[in-house]
Amino acid sequence: MPSKKAPFPPKQPMHQLPKTPTGITGLDEITMGGLPTGRPTLVCGSAGCGKTLMSIEFIVRGAIEFNEPGVFIAFEEKAEELATNVASLGFDLNELQQQKKIKIDYIHVDRSEIEETGEYDLEGLFIRLNYAIDSIGAKRVVLDTIESLFSGLTNQSILRAELRRLFQWLKNKGVTAIITGERGEKTLTRQGLEEYVSDCVILLDHRIINQISTRRLRVVKYRGTTHGTNEYPFLIDEDGISVLPVTSLKLDKPVSSDRFPSGIPALDKMLSKGGFFRGSSILVSGTAGTGKTSMAASFCNEACLRGEKCLFFAFEESPAQIIRNMRSIGIDLQKHVDKGLLKFYASRPTLHGLEMHLVAIHKAIKNFKPDMVVVDPITNLITIGSVSDVKSMLVRLIDFLQEEQISVIFTALTLNLVVNEQTDEGVSSLVDAWLLIRDIELNGERNRGLYIMKSRGMKHSNQVREFVISDDGLDLIDVYIGPDGILTGSAREAQVLMEETGQVLHTHAVDFKDRELLRKRKVLESRIESLKSEFESTEAELNKTYIEDAIKKDVLQQNREKLSNLRGKSFYDIDTTKSKNKKSKK
Amino acid sequence: MGKEYELRLYVAGKTAKSVTALNNLKKYCEEHLKGKYSIEVIDLLVQPQLAEGDQILAIPTLVKKVPEPVRKIIGDLSNEEKVLVGLDIRPKK
Repeated sequence: MPSKKAPFPPKQPMHQLPKTPTGITGLDEITMGGLPTGRPTLVCGSAGCGKTLMSIEFIVRGAIEFNEPGVFIAFEEKAEELATNVASLGFDLNELQQQKKIKIDYIHVDRSEIEETGEYDLEGLFIRLNYAIDSIGAKRVVLDTIESLFSGLTNQSILRAELRRLFQWLKNKGVTAIITGERGEKTLTRQGLEEYVSDCVILLDHRIINQISTRRLRVVKYRGTTHGTNEYPFLIDEDGISVLPVTSLKLDKPVSSDRFPSGIPALDKMLSKGGFFRGSSILVSGTAGTGKTSMAASFCNEACLRGEKCLFFAFEESPAQIIRNMRSIGIDLQKHVDKGLLKFYASRPTLHGLEMHLVAIHKAIKNFKPDMVVVDPITNLITIGSVSDVKSMLVRLIDFLQEEQISVIFTALTLNLVVNEQTDEGVSSLVDAWLLIRDIELNGERNRGLYIMKSRGMKHSNQVREFVISDDGLDLIDVYIGPDGILTGSAREAQVLMEETGQVLHTHAVDFKDRELLRKRKVLESRIESLKSEFESTEAELNKTYIEDAIKKDVLQQNREKLSNLRGKSFYDIDTTKSKNKKSKK
Repeated sequence: MGKEYELRLYVAGKTAKSVTALNNLKKYCEEHLKGKYSIEVIDLLVQPQLAEGDQILAIPTLVKKVPEPVRKIIGDLSNEEKVLVGLDIRPKK
């Protein structure tokens, strides 16, 4: 028999067990590469847990993504039924059959038609299988559900011997096979198939806790290789199965020192770095109606304005409702939605279990590749799980987001005032920054006060700010701290007005004094002026007497000279006495 | 064919079981349906594609195509009673 091994990832060293990737999201991570190549794998679980779907996805993905043709032997459903059932997942079985990439063979076992007499074997089944495998060169085989044979045939000892032979034969044939089996009471499968298929066993489970169902998957055993041993939740949706390989326990995430602003400048100013770190997680908590969603929307809006992609998980309001409400505070989210920068993912928390939400969130994030994620609010998830469940889910979500360097904003409702200093869902220790919006009740009105409880890696203001939501958006205002304590809202406004009045009065008084001074100065100045002129006139009078005296003296002198000239030399003595007299007079 | 009983025996090579089955079948038919039957032996090793049509799993399988209803008898046909009931020759007790 040709026993071609399926190609396996080259990163695996040769001595390791070769594995065949299933192409099922997450399953290959858990099994560290896929199912064992050339060996049968048992997929078991109770009714409706997704065995058939998982096996058909294995075949289809193998045919489409890995170019490995596959044979699907259906014991329960006809080929057409199967094709119809998986058409909703976007698998076109008929076309794949025509392209000879897959082959579906329906084996019908009807007890009423069959009479058993004497010895027989199942060579017919082998021949059919062999024919089907060879006709398309199949590398993958699914037998769904081989246990139907037990209901159709009565001779158990022959059946068991033949099944053992069948699995051996499949190994020899070198095909990677999935055998599905119904879960039994105490054993993994009703007919104890796990005895025969011992290389790899995957258990699917569909559990309902508090009326909410969660599908889980566990690799019970995988011989010759390591594998994830936990129970992993998985989701069946329009893209098939997604398993979530959650809880990476390492703490070696890359960190970024890039900052992004919040869209509220005043909030950025409260942080020493002018914004939050990229890839960090921010918790906004507060009592009802404190504007948590508005705050989250503001972050969103700012991110979209920067041209970044944003994913909004709404667990409380519908997208249309959020868009309408945010428009009222001047944040237009619709234009971002139109541009494809913002996407809403709204679902009721009770739609499925926590784990399923996590899977769904993962998927949405992987598809949309956002730069920022908003979860609004995380408190609603508490309705479907205990606090510790929610916490473990959020740990994993934060973990994942940090790995992807996506910033995340959580909003949380603090249920009552007594516990609001307590951690919200216990996540406050996980998040990097925590904004607490608190009602401040004073003078018969409620106002919002915002604190930054913590912000890792940067200094931040320790003061409360009044958080104001207006038509123009969100803003933070410094609260008034005065002799009467902290004032907010209209009390703050009143205080501000009062101060303004005082200011005006004061200015007025100062003005008045200034004018008075001016007047006085003018009076004094005029007085100085008059004194000055008085002094001048006195001075002028004094001068006048001096000049008159001088003039008189001159004239007398002249007269005397004239007289002496007239009398001649004889009068000289007289003249001298006279001049002597005059001198003594002086 | 036009026979009252159309029987097909599916075998895979000439195994002991197949040979026994064919011999048994011929014996019963000669005894109970002389002249009213036809037997077609199909070797699936030669024509594997025919296994699908009659939903053959076990080997050997005897298929009664005519008269209706279609019945299958698997095994080496060693129990005559069961074969005759299965072929509706004898009513079920």
